[in-house]
Amino acid sequence: MDLSWMAWTTPVAIFFVVLVCLITAMGIWEYFQPGGGPRVGWLRFETTRGDRLFLSILSAGFINLGWIRWTDQSLWWALALSIIWAVFIYRKC
Amino acid sequence: MNKTWNNKAWWMVVPVVLLVAFSAIIPLMTVVNYAFQDTFGNNEFYWVGIEWFEDLMESDRFFDALQRNILFSCIILAIEVPLGIMIALSLPKSGWKVNVYLVLMALPLLIPWNVVGTIWQVFSRTDIGLLGNTLVSLGFDYNYTRDVLDAWITIVAMDVWHWTSLVVLLSYSGLVAIPEAYFQAARIDGASKWATFRYIQLPKMRGVLTIAILLRFMDSFKIYTEPMVLTGGGPGNSTTFMSIDLVKMAIGQFDLGPAAAMSLVYFMIILLICYAFFTVVTNMDKAETKTGGAS
Amino acid sequence: MSQIGFSLKPKRAFAWSGLVPVVYIIFLMIPLYWLLNTSFKTNQEILGAFTLWPKNFTWDNYLTIFTEPVWRAGYINSITYVVLNTLISLVVALPAAYAFSRYNFLGDKHLFFWLLTNRMAPSAVFVLPFFQLYSSVGLIDTHIAVAIAHTLFNLPLAVWILEGFMSGIPREVDETAYIDGYSFPKFFVRIFMPLIKSGIGVAAFFCFMFSWVELLIARTLTITEAKPISAVLTRTVTGEGVDWGLIAAAGILTIVPGALVIYFVRNYIAKGFALGRV
Repeated sequence: MDLSWMAWTTPVAIFFVVLVCLITAMGIWEYFQPGGGPRVGWLRFETTRGDRLFLSILSAGFINLGWIRWTDQSLWWALALSIIWAVFIYRKC
Repeated sequence: MNKTWNNKAWWMVVPVVLLVAFSAIIPLMTVVNYAFQDTFGNNEFYWVGIEWFEDLMESDRFFDALQRNILFSCIILAIEVPLGIMIALSLPKSGWKVNVYLVLMALPLLIPWNVVGTIWQVFSRTDIGLLGNTLVSLGFDYNYTRDVLDAWITIVAMDVWHWTSLVVLLSYSGLVAIPEAYFQAARIDGASKWATFRYIQLPKMRGVLTIAILLRFMDSFKIYTEPMVLTGGGPGNSTTFMSIDLVKMAIGQFDLGPAAAMSLVYFMIILLICYAFFTVVTNMDKAETKTGGAS
Repeated sequence: MSQIGFSLKPKRAFAWSGLVPVVYIIFLMIPLYWLLNTSFKTNQEILGAFTLWPKNFTWDNYLTIFTEPVWRAGYINSITYVVLNTLISLVVALPAAYAFSRYNFLGDKHLFFWLLTNRMAPSAVFVLPFFQLYSSVGLIDTHIAVAIAHTLFNLPLAVWILEGFMSGIPREVDETAYIDGYSFPKFFVRIFMPLIKSGIGVAAFFCFMFSWVELLIARTLTITEAKPISAVLTRTVTGEGVDWGLIAAAGILTIVPGALVIYFVRNYIAKGFALGRV
């Protein structure tokens, strides 16, 4: 089967590998500690570990897009900001 | 309902996951790849970094389409939801008439979307259409292919025609589920019609209405076929919604990279809304089971 | 018990509120009437004189459709992949919905969310590489390709609807059956499926509906062999000198299968919507 049309590149491959690793890690964590530690935080609805991971990845995407729109700086800053934001989500949501 | 913990249940879900993943994840991965590359055909790609995202974020084209999408969704929600509730309230609760009404009302839902566009094209063109011709001969300056406002009115009317029935059917099923005892109690208390609606019917319909609103929002947010057939995105770009723009870019101009970048941003917005949808619905289910499962 | 409306004062309010659905249905029917009207006219009449009903009544448009193989094939193609899709969706969704309604398992909530996102996402997002994807597995221009592609949004929907119906069946039913010595497949087919048959009907209705009305994916995945009727219709629109009568007749004919399906499931419609899981 010819897969050249998928046009894989290293950075995108790394991105997806990291994503798969994250999901697998969450799966293993969930397997040993089921339930996902639900709690009601800053967002006012119940979130589990998985929700928090999803929210941080999604908001990282939006932070990067906003960065592209409103600044001309390097995207690494946006990444740093996303990580700070992710930590915030993990602790407060 | 208390469910048991059983990881073997995964085996029953695997076929679904495989089938959906085939059509969802592989294309999505490909789209991410395209979004960072340029191509001149023949499967030859060149890495361009975030150029397409810069183009997308710094031009107004995407944000204009996004604004149009949001405006459209808000307009049709503001019309379809109250109208749907009103019609559902006025339907009798039983009898042969209801069946006839429901069947007739469900009809637009089963018409292929491009045929819906065609129907409204045939209906509102000024040369051959009943609506267009009548309006023009009444002296209105109506032409949905030239006037922006007319185009919008026609598209909104088309969507109301197409989808209000969904809100009606959902609200109606919510209404039928209310036990008669509630109405008797209201009658004994001498409650006004408005009071009955406000304090009995509306709260009982909350569940189905939330779903109706969210579904109509999602579906209007991804609208493509009907306006594509009716106006083709025109006049100018005034009815070019995001899906239309996307398909224009991808298939019309074969700009795979920019189209892929736009797909991703579009998909992220959808994920965000979908997450809100899912959270609201699951919390609603939870609240229902806590109060004793009033389904 | 006599017929009781939602209004509290049936006598006075009834006359007014009874009119609302009638007015709404008239609003729904006018564009449809106009399509029907156009389909019975000759092209000279459509473009020339503005008439509220056909002056020169003609069956020609319909005859053209029934005699030309492209149109007929379009119908058969559409119905083939829609039926295939409905069958695949139901067969695969039934056990999955059972799993979701009866068990908690690793990542079930997130899995369900992911499935739903596919129902909500615009096809335009995925459709970009669809042609290459289905070409690479050699399925392009086949009915099964469209049927599989449509499971993208129909499977999540079917799982969602069926899960709702199954959650309404008490667990005791399952447990009693197992105690009586039923194996799981036997229990599922003999006892459980008859219990949720209205749910299966509703799920089938919606799978049919969304597969039937979809155009973008179906058009992308087909060239000639499996081209759906709605795609045949658009090809005509782009031709020079639009044949409005023919388009109208074809449009009317695409409405017929939908109308038939609604007629058959009319008693389930309200029930299915009652779960609100569309």
